[in-house]
Amino acid sequence: MLEGFLLELRDAKLPVSLKEFLTLMEAMKRDVASYRVDDFYYLARATLVKDEKHLDKFDRVFGHYFKGIENLADAPVPIPEEWLKRLGEKLLTEEEKRQIEAMGGWEKLMETLKERLAEQKERHQGGSKWIGTEGTSPYGAYGYNPEGVRIGQEESRHRRAAKVWDKREFRNLDDRVELGTRNIKLALRRLRQFAREGAAMELDLDDTIRSTAKNAGWLDLKLLPERHNAVKVLLLLDIGGSMDGHIRTCAELFSAASSEFKHLESYYFHNCPYEALWPDAQRRRTEQVATAEILRTYDQSYRLIFVGDASMSPYELNEPGASVEHFNAEAGEVWLKRLVGAYPKAVWLNPVPERYWDGTMSIGMIKRIMDDRMFPLTLEGLDRAMRKLTR
Amino acid sequence: MATRFEGTDSYIATEDLRVAVNAAVALERPLLVKGEPGTGKTILAHEIAKALQKDLITWHIKSTTKAQQGLYEYDAVTRLRDGQLGDPKVADIANYIIRGKLWEAFTADTAPVLLIDEIDKADIEFPNDLLLELDRMEFYVYETRETVRAKQRPVVVITSNNEKELPDAFLRRCFFHYIRFPDRETMARIVEVHYPGLQKALLRDALTVFYEVRDVPGLKKKPSTSELLDWIKLLLVEDVSAETLRQRDPAKLIPPLYGALLKNEQDVQLFERLAFLHRRESRS
Repeated sequence: MLEGFLLELRDAKLPVSLKEFLTLMEAMKRDVASYRVDDFYYLARATLVKDEKHLDKFDRVFGHYFKGIENLADAPVPIPEEWLKRLGEKLLTEEEKRQIEAMGGWEKLMETLKERLAEQKERHQGGSKWIGTEGTSPYGAYGYNPEGVRIGQEESRHRRAAKVWDKREFRNLDDRVELGTRNIKLALRRLRQFAREGAAMELDLDDTIRSTAKNAGWLDLKLLPERHNAVKVLLLLDIGGSMDGHIRTCAELFSAASSEFKHLESYYFHNCPYEALWPDAQRRRTEQVATAEILRTYDQSYRLIFVGDASMSPYELNEPGASVEHFNAEAGEVWLKRLVGAYPKAVWLNPVPERYWDGTMSIGMIKRIMDDRMFPLTLEGLDRAMRKLTR
Repeated sequence: MATRFEGTDSYIATEDLRVAVNAAVALERPLLVKGEPGTGKTILAHEIAKALQKDLITWHIKSTTKAQQGLYEYDAVTRLRDGQLGDPKVADIANYIIRGKLWEAFTADTAPVLLIDEIDKADIEFPNDLLLELDRMEFYVYETRETVRAKQRPVVVITSNNEKELPDAFLRRCFFHYIRFPDRETMARIVEVHYPGLQKALLRDALTVFYEVRDVPGLKKKPSTSELLDWIKLLLVEDVSAETLRQRDPAKLIPPLYGALLKNEQDVQLFERLAFLHRRESRS
């Protein structure tokens, strides 16, 4: 019976292996979990999921496989209005129908219902579930027969269905960015700087021999600090506007980069960095971080990498108040120079092919500000950029 | 001897954690624990040892730790020196084998709990180097040509702070548990365990302030369970009343004795700025 579960997990791109599945079988045989479904869920989770970012996916598959009914797809399931209406009419008494008329008729009611649903969506995490799992039918208030108009499933399920896996508490740990970007990863590896710092660890053979010989054969060990990766990166990504065509390339670069460095901080900007940057591309209207604060927070041992097409109106660079999004008190150029000044090791990666660079004025201007450290977003360009950064 | 882990009187284990621990104990496989800092990952191993009445062997991993050090080390340098001095000990190589934590755990008379703390601190190859040893619970000492085998398989608890990805082959052999940040209810129980008989009002208000602080956007270091416990201790020592905590006077937006909750001057600054904005708003 459980083989199907394994297959479904694998279909959902969860990296579950046969070995882990057998472990689960073994654990069941040994009665590790009692016969409660919750315990089985916890056990299966501890056995099959090895990374918190997969927990949400697992919850969804578990909910789907063991309930069969709830398809926790991401898109909200639209409820056909006709269907509701027919169902309602079938079950309502004449008196109730009159009550509805008194409340403003079907149209009004549907409006209210829609509002209700929207409300519920906001309050409930994600809002991608069946409406009914909240446990109270949004319809109850209007005196409809609750047997008929409940959306989703039966009442008895409501309490049970809002079970641990249905809560989907790990949702925001799920990272969807594909990691199939081996090429870029390889190039970024160049950035790993084998800085000789840290504890004295390796035996320096040459020095030991020399020193022992000097010591008339009396052993004198010499040690050398061991290599380890200590690269810190501050990544600034351009989103929106003219960048839209390049976002995919950027996202790939970003996902490849995240596992490579000791510290990787990323922020977003639009066209040109001004006095504030966004920690999250989606919430840029609400969450901002002052660029000055970023300059204060990250010291100059960070390598600064811009990713952007640098294509904009020249005014956005050299005039105050010319930003496309807001009124900027200081010109973009000023902020760009501040950033470049604060981080001696900086590069700009440009997804626009190098041969078109001369055609856009702003690219030339930024290239000058960057002291020519602008490279195309190709493997070869990355290679050059990383070499520049490690030097 | 207890064979099942049900939490202890000083540690609140959620249901999912209990299942994960018991599965790892029953199947004698390592348990990998991840979670936000300060949610009690390391403490868990101590509590498992206490609950199951086993000894605890702790192996703290640093960035320079090598997998081999957990098994054994051959101290060639001392042997070379002894050789130069003509010490008779030098004839037996076994004198220069230093046992590691794994060896210790394997040869203990009763199976202990072995904590491998912060495995992600070490080199990326570290977990791979321990695969076979943790799987089969045995290893071979080349110098003395002996095989060290576990008398009883120890309970292995591994913690990780997610600084590095762990290799798949390693993960396949473990049970995994992610300690989520406790919700209010669990947190109240945790505090109750540490400070029994704490005034209900104080607890409630302290938790409100605590979760409010955690919700402030842009905090660099969100206060965690251990910080909350420290803070409550301070509140008790300083005899801060629930009323003081409840005062939502904008001028006092920064919670009393905030030093225990905010560990970073930028966060304190952030709070001061918020307090300032708040005051300006309420004045105008």
